[in-house]
Amino acid sequence: MSETLILSKRWGKPDSASLASYRADGGYGALDKAMGADPAAIVDEVKKSNLRGRGGAGFATGLKWTFLPKDVRPRYLTVNADESEPGTFKDRYIIEHDPHMLIEGIALTCYALDIHLAYVYIRGEFAKQARILEQAIQEARDAGILGPRLLGKKDFPLDIHVHRGAGAYICGEESALLESLEGKKGYPRLKPPFPAVVGLWGKPTIINNVETIANVPWIVANGGAAFAALGVGKSGGTRLFGVSGHVNRPGVYEKPVHYNLKKLIMEDAGGIVGGRKLKAVIPGGSSAPVLAAHEIDISLEFDAVKAAGSMSGSGGVIVFDESVCLVRALARIAKFYAEESCGQCTPCREGTSWMEGILEKIEHGHATAADVEKLEQVAGNIAGNTICALGDAAAMPVQSFLKKFKPEFLRHVEAHRCPMGESGWGLDQSSRDALVGAVRY
Amino acid sequence: MTNPASVGAVEELPREKVEHFDRELAGILNRYPPDRKAAAMIPALRLGQEIFGYLSPAVQRLAAERLGTSPARAEEVATFYVMFHTEPPARHVVEVCTNVSCCLTGGERIFEHLKKKLELANGQSTRDGRITLREVECLGSCGTAPAMLVDEEMHERLTIQKVDQIVGGLK
Ligand SMILES: Cc1cc2nc3c(=O)[nH]c(=O)nc-3n(C[C@H](O)[C@H](O)[C@H](O)COP(=O)(O)O)c2cc1C
Ligand code: SF4
Repeated sequence: MSETLILSKRWGKPDSASLASYRADGGYGALDKAMGADPAAIVDEVKKSNLRGRGGAGFATGLKWTFLPKDVRPRYLTVNADESEPGTFKDRYIIEHDPHMLIEGIALTCYALDIHLAYVYIRGEFAKQARILEQAIQEARDAGILGPRLLGKKDFPLDIHVHRGAGAYICGEESALLESLEGKKGYPRLKPPFPAVVGLWGKPTIINNVETIANVPWIVANGGAAFAALGVGKSGGTRLFGVSGHVNRPGVYEKPVHYNLKKLIMEDAGGIVGGRKLKAVIPGGSSAPVLAAHEIDISLEFDAVKAAGSMSGSGGVIVFDESVCLVRALARIAKFYAEESCGQCTPCREGTSWMEGILEKIEHGHATAADVEKLEQVAGNIAGNTICALGDAAAMPVQSFLKKFKPEFLRHVEAHRCPMGESGWGLDQSSRDALVGAVRY
Repeated sequence: MTNPASVGAVEELPREKVEHFDRELAGILNRYPPDRKAAAMIPALRLGQEIFGYLSPAVQRLAAERLGTSPARAEEVATFYVMFHTEPPARHVVEVCTNVSCCLTGGERIFEHLKKKLELANGQSTRDGRITLREVECLGSCGTAPAMLVDEEMHERLTIQKVDQIVGGLK
């Protein structure tokens, strides 16, 4: 079976981040092609491509673009490179190894949507990636690709700026991102209005994930239909799946959107470390409901994972082997959401800390069965009652771990301690050291 | 709470450092529309932290003044984001990820090791002002876990030995 690579095909080539290398491989050819066409044709191709957002929600990209009001100017593009969902580590590779692909995607998107200023919002911890991207943007300016004339040809001014965050997961949420970009703390806004209508500085703004935008040059070069054909149903193309945890070859794998999850883990990522048994998998970043070992023989396509009771989300697959205490794992996830809640809504602010506390109690054997019930109740009271989706993101793991692995919680309660004891994270040092990185560029 | 009106006058800050700040800020402001200067709050505070060491009330006030916004806004931002220090940190900041993928590959053990070795609790600094140790949330290094940041430089695929080497090398 021949596999088409769109996003990762140039990774690992020497100097792949440079303009010269990108050009030598045909880079900016799609932009060149588009200069001769009607901007609306790009939007049509993206619609035809069935590209769905790679940032988590899987919303149809072409459709989102059509939500821009017809005659309000200026309008902005904001590329989401916040990449802070635990288990997600793919966008940074695009930026590190092929930043010009992203820049060409931004240029095409801006041209298609009549946008003249774009910001890439990148998490503050990605200092190296921000430098690489800034350097690539400067190269593109120096070469006249950006600036007053797009690709030096078209009278279409365009500039791109990198805006670094400073450590806050919530700024990946699109409206919090805009607040942060405006120079404020990252408090999500009530929606509607959606950013496409009222966005950055109150102006229409398209927000897309890095990986989403990086697909646009290929779509323009090869046609939307070809991209759609790589996928299945209403979901086109390939995706970057990040596999982490207890597999022999953790790393980023580019596969068709509907690739099989079991195959990804057992074959591509080399199966479970030390020949141990698989216990559980989170298929789409820490907020996605957990799957038990017997539930992973599924397609990773957004709707298919949803049908299986979880979410393909950001494509971050986290693998737990049998040595892991799932109460401990969930307690750690709950701590994350408690730390990262912006504190605006009471159910989220109070509920996430409450859940963290109960889980700590269960893990250390200080809880009763009533606490386990309480945990379920608290999660239920957060879900659907908050301004942004962080509340749901915090509740879903708790609800799903309880649904699938409740006996393990009750065993903690009965034994008054963690049955796994000290070793509850599995993987001793020597087997950890034996791990080989799969996609180490 | 400190009253921003009574402490942290910009005049307290060393003049040449303020000039340095102003020169660099001018470049940063080019990235935002002229009537949207306040958008530069995060980069301005990062710059302030670089130049002055940490975000004292005076540095926050400086950023606010230059961006044409209120000191309260600067304080709000300085305290919201974890990469900002409103108290002086040690010379080096070591931040270990203990989120799920890192813990599955030894992150918690690394953090415990460093706590013991440096005799610090989370967030504390060594008495000689050499290292501030912090536990942080996911660094986006899940595939190359476990990971830590040292002064904003990422170190990945850590082992205890590697950590000892890196931390031992900090002066
Ligand atoms: C709490 C929270 C955190 C998020 N973090 C990210 C992120 O780090 N990167 C990202 O692209 N999208 C993130 N999203 C989703 C964005 O809000 C938005 O849907 C996405 O960037 C849109 O891009 P897409 O349509 O290309 O997927 C997050 C959402 C929530 C609720
Ligand atoms: S749900 Fe949580 S993170 Fe989102 S706005 Fe409310 S308090 Fe903030």
